Amino acid sequence: MLTGAKILIESLKKEGVEVIFGYPGGVVIPIFDVLYEEKDIKLVHVRHEQGAAHAADGYARATGKVGVCLATSGPGATNLVTGIATAYMDSIPMVALTGQVATSMIGSDAFQEADITGITRSITKHNFLVKDVNDLARTIKEAFYIASTGRPGPVLVDLPKDVLVSKTEFNYPDKVELRGYKPKVKIHLGQIKKAVEMIQEAKRPLIYYGGGVILGNASNELVEFVKKSGIPITSTLMGLGGYPGDYKDPLYLGMLGMHGTVYANYAMHNCDLIIAIGARFDDRVTGKLDEFAPNAKIIHIDIDPSSISKNVIVDVPIVGDVKDILIEMNKLIKPVKIKEWLDQIAIWKEKYPLTYTKDSKFVKPQYVIDKLSELTKGNAIIATEVGQHQMWVAQYYQFVKPRTLLTSGGLGTMGYGLPASIGAKVAYPDKTVITIAGDGSLQMNIQELGTAIAHDINIKIIILNNAYLGMVRQWQELFYSKRYSGVCLAKTDKNGEMCGYYPDFLKIAEAYGFWGKRITTNEEVEKALKELLEVSGPALLDIWIEKEENVFPMVPAGANLTQMIGGLA
Amino acid sequence: MKYTLSVQVENHFGVLARIAGLFSARGFNISSLSVAETEDPTISVMTIVVEGDEKILDQVKKQLNKLIEVIKVKDVTFLDYVSRELALIKVKIDAQRRREVIEIADVFKGRVVDISHENITIEVTGDSKKLDAVVELLKSYGIVEMARTGRVAIIRG
Repeated sequence: MLTGAKILIESLKKEGVEVIFGYPGGVVIPIFDVLYEEKDIKLVHVRHEQGAAHAADGYARATGKVGVCLATSGPGATNLVTGIATAYMDSIPMVALTGQVATSMIGSDAFQEADITGITRSITKHNFLVKDVNDLARTIKEAFYIASTGRPGPVLVDLPKDVLVSKTEFNYPDKVELRGYKPKVKIHLGQIKKAVEMIQEAKRPLIYYGGGVILGNASNELVEFVKKSGIPITSTLMGLGGYPGDYKDPLYLGMLGMHGTVYANYAMHNCDLIIAIGARFDDRVTGKLDEFAPNAKIIHIDIDPSSISKNVIVDVPIVGDVKDILIEMNKLIKPVKIKEWLDQIAIWKEKYPLTYTKDSKFVKPQYVIDKLSELTKGNAIIATEVGQHQMWVAQYYQFVKPRTLLTSGGLGTMGYGLPASIGAKVAYPDKTVITIAGDGSLQMNIQELGTAIAHDINIKIIILNNAYLGMVRQWQELFYSKRYSGVCLAKTDKNGEMCGYYPDFLKIAEAYGFWGKRITTNEEVEKALKELLEVSGPALLDIWIEKEENVFPMVPAGANLTQMIGGLA
Repeated sequence: MKYTLSVQVENHFGVLARIAGLFSARGFNISSLSVAETEDPTISVMTIVVEGDEKILDQVKKQLNKLIEVIKVKDVTFLDYVSRELALIKVKIDAQRRREVIEIADVFKGRVVDISHENITIEVTGDSKKLDAVVELLKSYGIVEMARTGRVAIIRG
């Protein structure tokens, strides 16, 4: 006979869990008590539960395995919410374990009680409240199965105190029986044939792929598909790294959408066939929906039937595992004859490259990312926060391998990057893991610097510091007549002029035991980046960038993809 | 337009909240929803009447299917199906009016289920239109209280 807490940990071991990102509290002490002497599962105890959720998410994105986070009841559980929603929007496999007050107390407004299954119902793929210790092992099995199969997503398991302390026999089931959940769909070969025929006849086809390729481990198949067909390819933010990013590759157009390349957006607008692969036609990608790709037919490959024809009407849907589908398509596909189209794309690429100048007082952020990409050669794992720096990373860092970009695409969660990089570094201690942050975002979970130090998690942080919430400032500059409201993070004098950056990130670095350095000019960039990469322990580089640098090109909200600002000079 | 879905779900704690939550989170309109256990106590059937266009219906069905506890979604709208609603209507009466109300109930194949000196309660089943007609007629007598179910549906044959 084992206690519920012991059964939980034994079940996690059966699922191959090697690390839990967690924060203790009253009702989960029995779990932490088991972890006290547990050898096979490492506990990374974070400084805030949101950090635990993002770290588990970062671990999952980097490895493809299910990330696990653990928090106590009430505020512990509610602090996970943003992290769970982040994982849900990007379809990340995660199991969130929360303590709950004893079953007899549920509903009585007990101390640290929150109805977390109710709260997370719309941001989890599924959730469970375990009311009987005899259901615990089976529930954990189901939770991992649901989180990791089909379109992945977070699953929350709520664990009342009495369930954790009561005892029963431990029997871990071999199989899952869920009659309402059949993630394996048989691929419709007829649809594949039809799609391939359409592709061969297209004059201006374009592959538009997304995070589904990464989640479905289908990068190799995608590369083969592009090679065999010779069709140009553009990626969503979530897809970056799924196809080796190299702007010199004539078929590679980089990211499309609101801050996509001019040529990717032109190609999308002018194509006659979209081959959408594991992407969901998000509004940041399509721009104004009724003017999106006006002459294109659409083939849509997705594992989730509800993604099909949700935003745009699809001509040929193919539902199923992206890897399996691409394998079948690769058997049939032949090179397409699209010389004119490729010539047109080459002209656009030549005429409208991503550009920036270096004639600046402070550092040009694009240059930092460009240089970092060159120095790391795509061999680092990059986590970002959310905002301008995130878009510069997407534009200027050439991701050549899947699972090397960890970024909150769907929910756009500031505070994601630092804890996500901790999760990734725990998974891959030998890889270089870098958080690229804005000065605003980093402060949203800055307490996790403590987690990194305490666990010797050797992450590198680059702050692109403009003393602004830069993306919102950019919108205020462009669309609200420069009325900067609530975006300045520096101290200002009587005239509204900036007169000091706060906080002093070097002092923060020192306080936590991070190596720290600050640079303010372009000339210092290369040397400082090399130094950062060579430092043996956790390190932070505070880079003062041009304060009012904008991310261009930009498709304003509500415009179509050809109506870009910037980058068209 | 209104569509009628018959949805088999696991008879679990919280399933109704999950389905209702899905509708509110995605902005779908439920016209009516009824739920009951089936002959198999592990399964409940929900009959959901949804208002919207075909695109919304398509999403509703797909989103319902995505829920782990939903076993089967059947759109019976264009199938040959039988559907019923039930209403219990309490009407104010006096000696003379009692007869008239009973006659109305008879015409609509309703039944008297309770009677007192002041009130009479009748039970009527049928489709929405029939129930609306009864209610309309009884309004002039003064409806004291009314309880009406949502639609339940089953495919013929």
